[in-house]
Amino acid sequence: MQILRNLMPLVVIVLASAGTNAGTLDTVKSKGAITCGVSQGLPGFSAPDGKGNWIGIDADFCRAVAAVVLGSPDKVKFRPLSTKEAFTALQFGEIHILSRNVTWTQTRDSALGVNFAGILYYDGQGFMVRRSLSVKSARELNGAAVCVNSGSTTELNLSDYFRTHKMKYSPVVFEKSDEVLAAYRAGRCDVFSTDQSGLYAQRLKLAKANEHMILPEIISKEPLGPAVRQGDDQWFNIVRWTLFALVGAEELGITKANIGSLSKNTGNPEIRRFVGTEGKAGINLGLDPKWAARAVTAVGNYGELFEKHLGKNSRLKISRGLNRLWNKGGLHYAPPIR
Amino acid sequence: MLIAGAVWLLGNIFDNLADRGIASGFGFLRSTAGFGISTSLIEFSEASSIGRAFWVGLLNTLLVSAIGIVLSTILGFAIGIARFSSNWLLARLAVIYVETIRNIPLLLQIFFWYFAVLRSLPGPRQSHELGGLFFLNNRGFYTPSLSLDAGGVAILFSVILLAVLAILKRGQKRVVKLCAFLASGLFIFVAVGAEFSLPELKGFNFSGGMVLSPELVALVIALSTYTTAFIAEIVRAGILSVPRGQIEAASTLSLPYRDQMRFVVLPQALRVIVPLLTNQYLNLTKNSSLAAAIAFPDLVSVFAGTVLNITGQAIEIIGITMAVYLTISLSIAFAMNVFNRNTALRGTSP
Repeated sequence: MQILRNLMPLVVIVLASAGTNAGTLDTVKSKGAITCGVSQGLPGFSAPDGKGNWIGIDADFCRAVAAVVLGSPDKVKFRPLSTKEAFTALQFGEIHILSRNVTWTQTRDSALGVNFAGILYYDGQGFMVRRSLSVKSARELNGAAVCVNSGSTTELNLSDYFRTHKMKYSPVVFEKSDEVLAAYRAGRCDVFSTDQSGLYAQRLKLAKANEHMILPEIISKEPLGPAVRQGDDQWFNIVRWTLFALVGAEELGITKANIGSLSKNTGNPEIRRFVGTEGKAGINLGLDPKWAARAVTAVGNYGELFEKHLGKNSRLKISRGLNRLWNKGGLHYAPPIR
Repeated sequence: MLIAGAVWLLGNIFDNLADRGIASGFGFLRSTAGFGISTSLIEFSEASSIGRAFWVGLLNTLLVSAIGIVLSTILGFAIGIARFSSNWLLARLAVIYVETIRNIPLLLQIFFWYFAVLRSLPGPRQSHELGGLFFLNNRGFYTPSLSLDAGGVAILFSVILLAVLAILKRGQKRVVKLCAFLASGLFIFVAVGAEFSLPELKGFNFSGGMVLSPELVALVIALSTYTTAFIAEIVRAGILSVPRGQIEAASTLSLPYRDQMRFVVLPQALRVIVPLLTNQYLNLTKNSSLAAAIAFPDLVSVFAGTVLNITGQAIEIIGITMAVYLTISLSIAFAMNVFNRNTALRGTSP
């Protein structure tokens, strides 16, 4: 089953004749919708609600791109994908954007035929254990059985960490996150390891979340961000600048609530360029001047997105940490629109 | 024509790959794996090569398939024969077994056994234990293990050979006695020279000794009970294919039921059973790839899973994986065909 799905794109590459890369922008416009690859259900990032709508910061990023390109945040088709399938699906054009908490690494950027458009969330790998084990630090995990997802950087970081600290561990590797959690819940392993944001999200699914704690150590850099297919610079630029627009909007104080009034009456030239009353930033992207304004109207600025899905207005209650703006001690920095 | 087509296809594949900036070639097999594998028959560490990870996965697949084939054959014959039992309860139970098991999807059964096994067992610190040597908990079944050097392995092997010889020549008392004498002498030799490693609780878990992981156990149980149901039906079909006259003739000679089965019915039924059995063995081997769902590191989980994601070279990896399954399947089919030729010949000379 899994193999079959992996093979589908292979058939495409075997039979397709070389050099038929139509511009993604044109494809998307003619189809009237963006196909967006998301996770198979990670609260806060992309998870279906009771009515089948995909909710989360990754899902909303795709809505922002749809608003920028097609004028409406609803023109998105979501495709849930495992880590294993995700890049193959993107390489062969089954999806237009991959927005599913995947880590930007050098190998993925250079050998997989995809390009990362930027960083939506600065994450790092962590560990969750039962409080009853009375472990206080990851350095005490020698000999532990660790449940992880297959086909992820998680598996490699884990092995690096234990090798570096000369500790032993026994990996228990599953294909789906739900199975990892089920095995952890059943006591098959002592430790659950994945990106820290993912641990907070998965912990909510456990019956007594308080009996589990997330250890303080972060053992890796996990920059998560949207990726597009390599070789279509126009589309790459659009996706990258949608991300910058969301971050830039927060810096300029443009919110979902005030963008309407700001569009009409502001003297601030930066904001005027942002909302498209001045300059021609949108036109150069192959869009119209109101592109960035539509993104913010659709989903809000980066800060609003974060607090809604991951931060204090969400069930996850993750502090912003590295994900603050550059001028507030974080890492998010958008180049100027001019 | 065909070759030209294949060449065009291959050329096209590599053009397309290069075009899309995707790496190709088999160089990745020599690079460092960088990930761990929990169950391995050969030595494997994170610093081993990806090629070695491939062998670990392959051996695990073969291990599960081999155990599964042996168990399901024994159980399948038992249940297939039980359906003809004059004991009403036994025959009914066999029917219920076959009809239940073969009508539930295998993947569900694997999950059932996995979580049934896990849930029913305690954590490492509350293990069931037997004499301080055997421990059972939700991390696996721990037994003492014996570490032998090459000489020790050779001696142990000759002990097994002697045992086999003794069984084959069980009519000749003197040979049997000699074998037993030699074997016990050698065995003492091994026991003195070998180092025993006992499992003991250290920190989180047991270390030392040998461990049978719950994944392996669940997978073997699920695969063999599932295939048993099909083999039982094949055995039933084989027995039904033996003309009634043969059984009646055997009863007339007042052969006991056991001997009727053993000497009259089964040898003839085998002619029908063996070719069909081959199919089931192939199915079992291929079904073992479902291991990936419950974290057993078989070929698909390790190679077409983890390695595929690390390297991203889907064409090479899926190609190798398919070639491996094809080779395993063809080998099993070949072995069974040879066996079939033997049974068929014996059957036709009355």
